[in-house]
Amino acid sequence: MGIEFGYHLEMAVRSLRRNPMLTTLMIVAVALGIGACMTTLTALHVLSGDPLPGRSQQLYMPRLEPRSKDSGEEVLPYQLTWTDGMALLHAARGTHQALMLGGSATIYPDDPASDAFIAPARYTSADFFPMFDVPLQFGQGWAAADDENRAHVAVISDALNQRLFAGENSVGRSIKVNETSFRVIGVMLPWRPIPHFYDLSVGDYAKAEDIYLPLTSARTAHLPRDGGIECWSGGSGDEENMEAAPCVWLQFWVQLDDAAAVAAYRTFLDGYVREQHAAGRYEQLVPTALTGVRGLLDERKVVPGDVRLQFWLAAAFFVVCLVNTVGLMLAKFMRRAGELGVRRALGASRRDIFAQLVVEAGIIGLAGGVLGLGLAWVGLLLVRINPDRSAQLAHLDVPMLVTTFVLSILASMLAGLFPAWRACQVPPGLHLKSQ
Amino acid sequence: MLDIRPILSTLHRHKVTAVLLVLEIALTCAIVCNAVFLVRQRLDWMQMSSGVDEAHVVDVRPVAMGGTLESHGRIEETLASLRNIPGVEQVSLMNQIPLGKESWNAGIKLDPNVVAPAMHVANYYGDNAIPTLGGQIEEGRDFRPDEYAWLDDITSGRTDVVIPHVVIVTRFVADQLFHGHALGKVLYLDDIPMRIIGVTRNIVRPNVFDRATTYGSIFLPVHMTEGLGATYVMRTKPGQGDSVIKAAAAKLRELDPNRVILSKRHFSEVRDAFFASDRAMANLLVGVCVALLVITALGIVGLASFWVSQRRRQIGVRRALGATRRDVLRYFQTENFLLATMGIALGMVMAYGINIVLMVHYELPRLPAAYLPMGAIVLWALGQIAVWAPAHRASNVPPVEATRGN
Repeated sequence: MGIEFGYHLEMAVRSLRRNPMLTTLMIVAVALGIGACMTTLTALHVLSGDPLPGRSQQLYMPRLEPRSKDSGEEVLPYQLTWTDGMALLHAARGTHQALMLGGSATIYPDDPASDAFIAPARYTSADFFPMFDVPLQFGQGWAAADDENRAHVAVISDALNQRLFAGENSVGRSIKVNETSFRVIGVMLPWRPIPHFYDLSVGDYAKAEDIYLPLTSARTAHLPRDGGIECWSGGSGDEENMEAAPCVWLQFWVQLDDAAAVAAYRTFLDGYVREQHAAGRYEQLVPTALTGVRGLLDERKVVPGDVRLQFWLAAAFFVVCLVNTVGLMLAKFMRRAGELGVRRALGASRRDIFAQLVVEAGIIGLAGGVLGLGLAWVGLLLVRINPDRSAQLAHLDVPMLVTTFVLSILASMLAGLFPAWRACQVPPGLHLKSQ
Repeated sequence: MLDIRPILSTLHRHKVTAVLLVLEIALTCAIVCNAVFLVRQRLDWMQMSSGVDEAHVVDVRPVAMGGTLESHGRIEETLASLRNIPGVEQVSLMNQIPLGKESWNAGIKLDPNVVAPAMHVANYYGDNAIPTLGGQIEEGRDFRPDEYAWLDDITSGRTDVVIPHVVIVTRFVADQLFHGHALGKVLYLDDIPMRIIGVTRNIVRPNVFDRATTYGSIFLPVHMTEGLGATYVMRTKPGQGDSVIKAAAAKLRELDPNRVILSKRHFSEVRDAFFASDRAMANLLVGVCVALLVITALGIVGLASFWVSQRRRQIGVRRALGATRRDVLRYFQTENFLLATMGIALGMVMAYGINIVLMVHYELPRLPAAYLPMGAIVLWALGQIAVWAPAHRASNVPPVEATRGN
């Protein structure tokens, strides 16, 4: 078998070299199709990925309707009021739950020579770290007691640790944020959920934040907040009254490990809403919702429609390239009818000829794949210089690399099946006679 | 055209390759028609008028490092200093700018007792916002100085602050909600009645998420404070944008060393950023169309070359029987024309099929019929160009070829 395959390979390479123009045309067609397909498929693969593999299936966003009747909105808000957020946090009905808010922290480095700078911050509660499985290189996250005590503690990103402390273990050091000093108790490893699912209002593909502070402490220290806010009944974004304002402005996530926990949480949420309605806090009694990560990304249409359209366009392009390749292969194989007839007459079986031609198609696929990979690489380079921020994440990874070759070889061999079969139908004697 | 019958009978013997070629032309025709249509849509959208005097508007957005600047006196002082910069015509501290990324929105109602808002609009705040943007009041008047109130006073809930009760709407809002007669009418914002004192020429909203309300904007007499994304917008004299941006950034830092300049832009940059992904998509579509046409052309060259080399003897016989070179050339050109016509016919059906899918999934309008004849002409021309070299080679086949064995 090994020898036979080697022979087929040799014959195939010879025949490909005999007809460079048709061979080049086929390789270029396959390469262009593969290049376009892989560029768009990679972009789609990256942008529609799972932000926290292994964990995101257990994360849910509880959604309530605290707004007045006249808000006229039909979709439940994606954020909570302070009152509701604190109530759900303290009820602690999930495995983990965290209330959070985006913000921007002005950081004053110890070194008086360096300028202050503004870093994206997240004000959250203790469970953020275990719930999102945040990897830490030094120290740890804070405890629920720190939230209650409004402790001045901080967890910082690897990037901020590099910037402020040259990457060394900075646990125990302090950072001045606006007017307040916070003690570093944890340093994260590089971490970036894609998309930024836990707060889409700061950008669908925003980077993870650089500094994490207890929400209660951040509010006490009057740190500026960022992100979306929606008010009703004359409520406004006035900082002094935010905690009591009729506005939704906080994100809340809960970890529920199995279907029973989800069902129990639903019951709890419905009960909570009925209580609020009975107490007169809620004007409307609207069914609650528990939205999962995937559901949220779909509902908010996080993956840009253009990216899907591009993928379908590239797929159609690939089909045209393949149809083209089938035609060219047919031409190439049929042109050798004479030679094939001789080989048949000399005792080669149909199977032998068929196998050799399919191997030939596979080689075209391989060559097209190599060239196509180069094109995909250039394509992604072009995608990344595109000013649209979401596109800059698109990189070719190992699974996509393997997919490129497998797809290219498979598609070419598939394209070669029919031409090879037709070429095998050549009767052995016919061409001998005519020569 | 006398060649059609022999061509058809020859093609009949090359059924599979002929069918593949027709299929390739059809797919290319269908995809290119739709792609060009998509490009046209994007270009139309990108040429949308913003209502802003784009060549002369710049903005500089500061952010204060140690807490936001809320002192009213300091804001007025800053505005006055910026107004004194040479080349500046108008200055406003606005909460948002047209086609910007962040937006302030509100639901407006015509009847306070109706639950749902009549329209969602972007609400612009800032002194002299309309003249600064280069907008034009078409009906009524601009705000009077005594009608303005400070944003932080309004949101603080203080009872002694007079909340403005006047509003200026765009032509679009006036037409949609008041059948064009908006002046003097009342609309409700958060259940507060607001009298419409002016109608401005359309000014686009920031962060357009629904193209049906692109121009759904209103202006309120509110003095903005710094922070919350507020930005200093300036209208400059012709050609002075660069120097104004530089001077304004320097002035802002000089007045308050705590300020960091977050961004300084010409309006053209705001516009470019807003349409960046549309432009990228249009370029990509054009690229795919060109690549498709090239691939199809190469396919035609490849197959035509193959046919020519297979039919050398047949061509030789025809030449021996008196066919001229021109006749042979025309034979292959007619053959290609027939194949292209079949491909185009099938391609048009497919083009409409793809268009229907796009209409369902991407809310696209129907493909205008004019695209089909244009697509047909392009593909006919492409086929003729691609087939020329092989056909020319065929016409050079000598009549003596007829006597060869194979």
